[in-house]
Amino acid sequence: DVKSYRKVQEDDDADGARVGGNEKFTNRPDNTAFTQQRLPAWQPILSAGIVIPGFVLIGLAFIGVGVALFVTSRSIQVLERDYTGDESGTPCASCANSNVQNCICTLNITVETLFKGPVFFYYGLSNYFQNYRRYGTSKDDNQLYGVLNPSDNCAPYAYNSNNQPIVPCGSIANSMFNDTFKLYQTVNGTRQEVSLDGKGIAWWTDYNIKYRNPTNNPLKDAFNGSNSGLFYRNFLINPIYWSKPAYELDTSDPSNNGFVNQDFLVWMRRAALPDFRKLYRRISQDKYPDGLPAGNYSLEITYNYRVYRFSGKKKVVFSNVSWMGGKNEFLGIAYLVVGSMCVFMSIVMLIVYAKFKFPDEE
Amino acid sequence: MVVLFFSELERKLRANDREYNLSFKYATNAIKTSKYNLFTFLPLNLFEQFQRIANAYFLFLLVLQVIPQISSLSWFTTVVPLILVLTVTAAKDATDDIVSTFENVFFSLFIVNKRDRTEKWMNVQVGDIIKLENNQFVTADLMLLSSSEPLNLVYIETAELDGETNLKVRQALPVTGDLGDDIEKLADFNGEVRCEPPNNRLDRFKGVLTFAGQKYSLDNEKILLRGCTLRNTEWCFGLVLFGGPETKLMQNCGKSTFKRTSIDRLMNILVIFIFGFLAFMCSVLAIGNYMWEKNEGSQFTVFLPRLQDNPAFSSFLTFWSYVIILNTVVPISLYVSVEIIRLGNSFYIDWDRKMYFARSDTPAEARTTTLNEELGQIKYVFSDKTGTLTQNIMIFNKCTINGKCYGKIYTVDFSFNPLADTRFVFHDHALVEAVKLENPEVHTFFRLLALCHTVMAEEKKEGELFYQAQSPDEGALVTAARNFGFVFRSRTPDSISIVEMGKQHSYELLAILDFNNVRKRMSVIVRSPEGKLSLYCKGADTIIYERLHQSCSKLMDVTTEHLNEFAGDGLRTLALAYKDLDEEYFNQWIQRHHEANTALEDREGKLDELYEEIEKDLLLLGATAIEDKLQDGVPQTIEQLSKADIKIWVLTGDKQETAENIGYSCNLLREEMNDVFIISGNSLEDVRQELRNARTSMKPDAAENSVFLPEMDKVVTDEVVSGEYGLVINGHSLAYALEHSLELEFLRTACMCKAVICCRVTPLQKAQVVELVKKYKKAVTLAIGDGANDVSMIKAAHIGVGISGQEGMQAVLSSDYSFAQFRFLQRLLLVHGRWSYLRMCKFLRYFFYKNFTFTFVHFWFAFFCGFSAQTVYDEWFITLYNLMYTALPVLGMSLFDQDVNDVWSFQHPQLYVPGQLNLYFSKKSFFKCALHSCYSSLVLFFIPYAAMYDTVRDDGKDIADYQSFALLTQTCLLFAVSIQLGFEMSYWTAVTIFFVLGSLAMYFAVTFTMYSNGMFTILPSAFPFIGTARNTLSQPNVWLTIFLTSILCVLPVVTCRFLMMQLCPTINDKVSEEMLLLFVLDVFKPVETRGKIILQSRSLQSNPVTSSFRINADIIPKDGP
Repeated sequence: DVKSYRKVQEDDDADGARVGGNEKFTNRPDNTAFTQQRLPAWQPILSAGIVIPGFVLIGLAFIGVGVALFVTSRSIQVLERDYTGDESGTPCASCANSNVQNCICTLNITVETLFKGPVFFYYGLSNYFQNYRRYGTSKDDNQLYGVLNPSDNCAPYAYNSNNQPIVPCGSIANSMFNDTFKLYQTVNGTRQEVSLDGKGIAWWTDYNIKYRNPTNNPLKDAFNGSNSGLFYRNFLINPIYWSKPAYELDTSDPSNNGFVNQDFLVWMRRAALPDFRKLYRRISQDKYPDGLPAGNYSLEITYNYRVYRFSGKKKVVFSNVSWMGGKNEFLGIAYLVVGSMCVFMSIVMLIVYAKFKFPDEE
Repeated sequence: MVVLFFSELERKLRANDREYNLSFKYATNAIKTSKYNLFTFLPLNLFEQFQRIANAYFLFLLVLQVIPQISSLSWFTTVVPLILVLTVTAAKDATDDIVSTFENVFFSLFIVNKRDRTEKWMNVQVGDIIKLENNQFVTADLMLLSSSEPLNLVYIETAELDGETNLKVRQALPVTGDLGDDIEKLADFNGEVRCEPPNNRLDRFKGVLTFAGQKYSLDNEKILLRGCTLRNTEWCFGLVLFGGPETKLMQNCGKSTFKRTSIDRLMNILVIFIFGFLAFMCSVLAIGNYMWEKNEGSQFTVFLPRLQDNPAFSSFLTFWSYVIILNTVVPISLYVSVEIIRLGNSFYIDWDRKMYFARSDTPAEARTTTLNEELGQIKYVFSDKTGTLTQNIMIFNKCTINGKCYGKIYTVDFSFNPLADTRFVFHDHALVEAVKLENPEVHTFFRLLALCHTVMAEEKKEGELFYQAQSPDEGALVTAARNFGFVFRSRTPDSISIVEMGKQHSYELLAILDFNNVRKRMSVIVRSPEGKLSLYCKGADTIIYERLHQSCSKLMDVTTEHLNEFAGDGLRTLALAYKDLDEEYFNQWIQRHHEANTALEDREGKLDELYEEIEKDLLLLGATAIEDKLQDGVPQTIEQLSKADIKIWVLTGDKQETAENIGYSCNLLREEMNDVFIISGNSLEDVRQELRNARTSMKPDAAENSVFLPEMDKVVTDEVVSGEYGLVINGHSLAYALEHSLELEFLRTACMCKAVICCRVTPLQKAQVVELVKKYKKAVTLAIGDGANDVSMIKAAHIGVGISGQEGMQAVLSSDYSFAQFRFLQRLLLVHGRWSYLRMCKFLRYFFYKNFTFTFVHFWFAFFCGFSAQTVYDEWFITLYNLMYTALPVLGMSLFDQDVNDVWSFQHPQLYVPGQLNLYFSKKSFFKCALHSCYSSLVLFFIPYAAMYDTVRDDGKDIADYQSFALLTQTCLLFAVSIQLGFEMSYWTAVTIFFVLGSLAMYFAVTFTMYSNGMFTILPSAFPFIGTARNTLSQPNVWLTIFLTSILCVLPVVTCRFLMMQLCPTINDKVSEEMLLLFVLDVFKPVETRGKIILQSRSLQSNPVTSSFRINADIIPKDGP
């Protein structure tokens, strides 16, 4: 049996010890925990004592988190309005059907109760494949870092037909969203513009590190051929779909132009999914510290961006946020479901365990 | 001039005639083992490496990746792993090559011709005469010409050739021996040799030397082979017969067949399947791309003009783009990891102190590093008996002389004989008395023992004799004769000196009729000092009995009785006989013998006939019985193995009774067995009938339906019988049983039995039996043996194990694993084998899981990105996922994991059974892995998708952008697979914990570095993910998502496992539970809870056996049936 086998083993070892002197046992393997596979170790076993209470604990924790998430998500206010104008009778239908630049349409919005601040103003696009591979690679990180020669990645938006370099190059930049919005509050029949704050809507790292304008001052010089760093002593060209050059994106704030324009930065951070929303503005907290008061509002839209050709949709979204970010009920519900499943499974396991462990009591 | 274009039929050469010899274009002694030089290394090595399918596949991917229209991933994702693999392999090849280049240039030696000169070994050519000095290594096959020792003897050690360390003797022909060391004479020597063409038989040589018009026969005794070392000989001269690659040693190299494990074979099938699956996925996505381009993409062109306006072409490109992205389903890096794991597990075998045998200072050795997991799947063990089950230390125990049996229970005093070996013990005083009384039969008996053998005597000091015997049996017999006063003193090729009762006698040695496995006997013909011619013969009793004179019939009966008695005690028996020869007849016989001996064709056949002719009408003298003790721990080992459901077949050359008794004493056959069948039929029909009867009595309904197997599926399924049976089959019956018409009948019957013993088996039959089982049973076989006769069986079996014991090293040299004692086999199989198998299977399952999960996420994402071959993860993550983030944890698991420790493995041999049934890794479990991956990847894609859908950060900024989403999914993936690994692993050592946590830490460190400002400013286009880690991983909802996906990935696994453990527990579950229970009882005496993570402590290891788990030792029956 095992014992006598072990005894034989010990005898072998003892033999060695008795003769002593390591010279005779030059081939004897080292007696270390590693070579003898005796490293001390934990051996966790999925026993009922761990699994069932574990499931209960995890389940309760999940339900707790789920409730918190759900309640938080419910408390977030969201106001969403489609303005694609693909159906006749909607406010922007006329703009959608004309090819007029800067066509203006107005959307009336009613806020029933106080929209708690800070309020964020998003535009949303759907069925828009910013995650299409060739679209995503069609940009030049070096150019956006201040080295203006467009790379081949940008094709076919690298050079125009006169072989003039396009800045910023590539599909993403070319297709930049160019609708603009103005929000008015109707107070006693008069329209008061709600001031919107566009500062710091992009990531800090994008604004400060990833994107960098050429060093020319004023910025315009970089684009009109006086930039000595460029191979092509040539005028640079705006992206084909742009109505104004990169250095004039924001006429009111000279530092918000070129590659570090906040709207541009937000657009360049391409979305992962075909339906997405991007931050447009914040409702200025100086003027509306508590958020948007209840009342009637009108949103004046400068309609430029054509989405109907790929059956896309455009919308505007007003939302506030919580500690868990924007409104998303999925996470809370998922936590609740998983938590309840855990508890349910622990009960099932307990029954199974009891039945098979103590069959005598049956 | 004749140039041989085809295979050489006969070799001709002339000494010292380079021109003549060169005309045959024999190989020179240079052996080109190095493949490269400094300049050719890189191109040649790369060329070779790219011939491997895995590397070629990498290269193909790389080519795809540089086509801009297809490239969906940067080139570095493939190049980094490829360079890593190539560098490691190239480094290994380079070191191997440097070692082999070294050998050729090293030695130089002395060549005899008109001008003496020293040459390098590699410049020696066939026909040269060279001088060898003591302790020099022979590096060509030589014919011995002369030597410094008397009678032209040389002593050689053949350890390199066959591993045997006893000195062997070679003797030159007297005619060449006269040349001495006279350089002039040697340089003038012009003998011609005609001999066999190059071959790989180490033990025989045929040739003829023609010198001065005379012909001389050349045999193995006159040949020095490459690989020998000259010992105890000042110098010798030799004629080069074969050089370089034509030497017998080199001819023996590389001939062994390449063994592969069943997991290897399964993997090959799976890889083909995976390739098919890859093509399927890519086709689905390509079709998807076609539909998308047609319906949506065409409208999307406002923002993204197409390069080509043809959806079909686009979908074709997409197919290849997805081949690049989804390539990770094909487990290329798996092969490298598998090799590492096997190597590691082989080292554990080498390092195991419990398989180290202190008495001979031999550790176990894994000579093959590619078969480990197969050790955990053995179903059939084929064992030799002598030297494997027994110690092969022979003790002369009993004898019968002229019908009188000697050998009872007294210790005999040999003080009357000054030359006695003091270690020799014999238990019957009567025999000594008989010797002293000069009983003629007794004297002849011992004289025979002292004369008829091939032992060498060494007498370093007067009276201190050492015998060098090739087999321990011979040594034991000669030592016995020595102690009874017939001392073998020395031998020359022509004479044997013995001291008979104190008086020196010299016998003229006229012929040795050598022993071999077919003849099973040996004889010598000697002329006594009185001038009497006698033939002395010893051999297997059945063989001798066939050649006895009819006058012995009465004595035969008595002796047979004694022989049966001896065999019943498990002793090895030999019968002894002699005959006096007629001078005239002998003279003409020896003439014919000489003729046959110099014949080139069918020399052996002719000699056999001559031997047969003279070895007849012998007079029986008696028989010897030699005891060969069982090795320590053999019965326990066999019992353990049979509890592990391993079937043990003993294949032995012993006679039936001896084998049967050994069978009982080593627990193979048991008294409580329902029946032990003995098959000893002498004709095909008898054997068939006996086999059928055996089967009927085991399983009445299985009797008549003789097996008609469909040609396609030649697998005999296991048949379950109630009760335990044993089968003993005789050599001649086995010969019939192995015939084509009967082999299935035999196999079916034998496989129903718990134990099978085949007796009187030849080496060839051993291999045939193994092949038979391999052919018809889908089972893994292991052969274990120690002698040259086991080599064929060791090579034939899936796994060959060599015992390094008394009979040289030949078995070890051709084996896959070797150790010193049979009992180590249970540790090799039940501990190392089981662990290796478990680890390999866990590794494979987990590896497939992690890579499939990784890849399938891309598949789901395709449906949301217009089938554009957009990756989900960052390219750096794709590059490093297999290389850095998940490599070490899984390696750690497959090097350290153990479900239960070694002691428990021994206590529950049943734990071995799942391996035999391929339960841990099979097509089914592979399929389960894929399904599991499918589930995990769905969770890993859709949970982040839903959690990030239309949501933002807590400061209102974007979070659903591509880069954040990529970071989120890849972090979820890494957490999920790491936690999954945690559930696979059952043995958490500090190292594995370090690997798992370290890899996760590494992931964050590398990610933060890659996404840092510094890296971006150095190379903006290579690190576009700048800031993503900082921005995303600071968000609570990101972490909540990671947590949710991880839990959701493992919850079903835990639930399933737990429920399976309760509903249909496997043997592993039962043992773990027992272990847990025992631990809880042992350590925390009054503890209610059953569940506890247990710390495996020393105390558990040293004292695990409580009464409830003790295995009852069976009482070993000592007597025969």
